[in-house]
Amino acid sequence: VQHELREDGKRLVVSFQGDLDLQSSPGARRVLLECVGRSQNVLVDLSAVPYLDSSGVASLVEAYQLSRSRGTSFALVSVSPRALRVLELARLDKVFAIHSSLDAPDGG
Amino acid sequence: VSEPTSLLLEMRFAARAEELQGVRDAVREQAASQGCGAECAGDIAMAVDEACQNIIRHGYRWDPEGTIELRMERIGQELVLFLADSAPTVDPARVKPRSLDEPRPGGIGTHLIRTVMDQAEFVKTSSERGNLLRMVKRIR
Repeated sequence: VQHELREDGKRLVVSFQGDLDLQSSPGARRVLLECVGRSQNVLVDLSAVPYLDSSGVASLVEAYQLSRSRGTSFALVSVSPRALRVLELARLDKVFAIHSSLDAPDGG
Repeated sequence: VSEPTSLLLEMRFAARAEELQGVRDAVREQAASQGCGAECAGDIAMAVDEACQNIIRHGYRWDPEGTIELRMERIGQELVLFLADSAPTVDPARVKPRSLDEPRPGGIGTHLIRTVMDQAEFVKTSSERGNLLRMVKRIR
């Protein structure tokens, strides 16, 4: 899956472009774990991810858990309607910090 | 009196990850054509995707030679989807959604299927190998 990384103050913003599904999730997982592995606060932009499946959700959960063990923050931003629907169905919408935009007050 | 049945979609594809996007698109399109809203059509496409993933992972154990057959029908006010494979027969008791109380990766797919579909169950077949999953979504 295509992605873009950029530093934004004290956080690393990773934006994925395309579906996060069985085919693309292994790549997305590597990117996410590498970002969190840098011991930085990570914000994942899901505005250009029209589809998220259970394997994509699993990758997000794994990165979230790694960030917790490292004491860094991990948040999602601009989550597309379909991706939000899946997070809600998986009851993860209350687990992840989800911001409506990059300008959210606590910055992720 | 039997309900009028119409065949909406019939597909046969390799049990591979790269096939799933096309399968989702086809299912979503047919669901929308039957009056499902965007969320409902997306839910049905997701259920089919997740069920195919279960076949790819647990049925064929990533054997790329495996194939999956999908059939989608409209029966009265219901969309009925069948997924057939020729993987070793699964024990339905082992296909159970896990508790979501603790966030952890894995095991979410079956939960998603059961949450969005009105029915999802394995149908007994006469053959020794293979599985037939039947899923139903009522159109509201």
